[in-house]
Amino acid sequence: MSAPGRLLESISSRGYTHAVVAFVDDRGYPLSVATAFAVHADRGAILLEPVAGDEVAPPIGREVNVVFSHIRPQPGVGYDERRYVSLWGTLRPSDGHLELVPDRVQHWDEEEMTFFEFSERGVPQAHRYMERVSREQGRRIRPQLSRGWLFLRATRLPFLSATFIPVALGISVAALHGQWHWWLAILTLVAAACVHLGLNVANDVFDTLSGADQANVTPTQFSGGSRVILYGLLSMRQMVALMLGFYAVGAGIGLYLAVTRGFWPLFWIGVAGLFISLFYTAPPFRFVHRGIGELTVFLGFGPIMTIGAYYVQARAWSWEAIYASLPVGILVALILYVNEVPDRPGDAAAGKRTLPVRWSKDAVIAVYALAVAAAFGLIAGGAIAGVIPRPCILAVLAAPMAVPVYHALREHYDSPYRLMPFMGTNVQLHMATGMVLILGYVIAIVASHISGHPPAFLR
Amino acid sequence: MGVLPRPIEELLETALVGELTVIDDRGRLVTHPLIPLYDGQHIYMTSSILFSRKLEHIKGNPKVSVSISDPNAVRVERFRRATIQGDATVDDADLHSGWERVLPIWRKKEPAIDFFLGKRVALPLFFERAVIEIAPRRAFLWEDGDTSRQPTVFELMGAGR
Repeated sequence: MSAPGRLLESISSRGYTHAVVAFVDDRGYPLSVATAFAVHADRGAILLEPVAGDEVAPPIGREVNVVFSHIRPQPGVGYDERRYVSLWGTLRPSDGHLELVPDRVQHWDEEEMTFFEFSERGVPQAHRYMERVSREQGRRIRPQLSRGWLFLRATRLPFLSATFIPVALGISVAALHGQWHWWLAILTLVAAACVHLGLNVANDVFDTLSGADQANVTPTQFSGGSRVILYGLLSMRQMVALMLGFYAVGAGIGLYLAVTRGFWPLFWIGVAGLFISLFYTAPPFRFVHRGIGELTVFLGFGPIMTIGAYYVQARAWSWEAIYASLPVGILVALILYVNEVPDRPGDAAAGKRTLPVRWSKDAVIAVYALAVAAAFGLIAGGAIAGVIPRPCILAVLAAPMAVPVYHALREHYDSPYRLMPFMGTNVQLHMATGMVLILGYVIAIVASHISGHPPAFLR
Repeated sequence: MGVLPRPIEELLETALVGELTVIDDRGRLVTHPLIPLYDGQHIYMTSSILFSRKLEHIKGNPKVSVSISDPNAVRVERFRRATIQGDATVDDADLHSGWERVLPIWRKKEPAIDFFLGKRVALPLFFERAVIEIAPRRAFLWEDGDTSRQPTVFELMGAGR
């Protein structure tokens, strides 16, 4: 059956109770009137019951618009199950009925296209309308958000957990090694946070320039960027200024730390972090376009941040800090990896060849499972072998959080908004694992302070 | 007492959806399911700028009709149907908060609106909205909702001014 035929058939199967026929009356007003209907999908026709009264009877031989609309009221809340089908054509008499063979159709069913996607597809129309109103009112009209919400949205501030964990971990390793300077810890955290926020803003700038954000009509809370430029909430110039501001503050603090704590090691760590942050989406390297975005995020939010934080405290290198950062780096890369799944169509259209764009569904899910196993294997193996403190093995308790994410990838791979809650769980997996790893270090630090030779399971 | 006959007002006061029909710039009809609000003088509907073609159409031709037809979407003792023709104006002077003047009557019908308003940061363009204000001119009432019988017609010229 043809697509219009299937659509007509859906009118009888999707709970529409009546049709509304609209036409232009003799006074030039639209007039809409409800009536009963029957669908003849095989003939591509709708049969409508006649309407009584000369004034309100739909006309024969003139174009009409016939609409089928359905909602399910939810008392005290509103409604759901929104859908409608709109048909255009000319009515003709048929065995005491009115027959419509539509020549144009339009429909929306929120079970087929979520309201969020439906809304996102309206963004170009929103801009056209704001331009029109701007002309009419003689002033620039653009959407608004309060400064606080706008800052939160533009910078994607809540994602700073991805920075907090590796930096705090590096500081914890140093503290266990007897090196602890609280003001340096704060400065390190602020510098790393600025570079991270610079990255978030740069990501929006370059994804807008490349067309990736425009091509993505299924953004979620965790993917698709902040969209502040796309929505007109901030201009490109404002976002570039914000990006440069974050990078300047981050680089400035980094330079101070380098000068005071060991110039060349911290200089190169800082350069590496800034390089990854900026060229994650910026040309000419565009790591995320080349399928190495996940690797660079692993490096940036794993070993680089952790060893950087360690070096600021201890003025030395540490294999333990690097080892401890590996599971954290893997799990943060998996945040990006899972968040890239719903972005696939938009990313592919914009030439962003991320791993989920390149790989099959089965391969993506298998690699997710393997990476999670590797992260928790490193934690368990490291704790048992004594590479990291043994209490860190408690972090393995977070591993079951990956199970619903794995199943959700299997079941909702092509449904961004059904996958969305599990993208949140995946963020929590990184956060919980990182926090318990840090807790493991805190236990070991406390134990070593209480007793010079704590029992093996506490060190 | 409002400008519309009481049986139609009762429909408007409870209807969760109505069909707004407008005429586009080529003279073709376009019907949009929307939540109708009523204050005794005017029928109000609001539209996000995301779905603003109807607003452009109304600015080009203010003649509209609103049909209350869905038995599942109204709560009245005896089901009936009505169509109201009218002249519409678009209030988009303040897209960000001008529409909040109809929030009290919207909230009565759809309490969940407050939940969505709390998520305004997630849906910023959805809450940039215009108000469609409709002055009723003529109304049709089908008792029992049966359109195979003649409607009662109410001429309302001068209403809603």
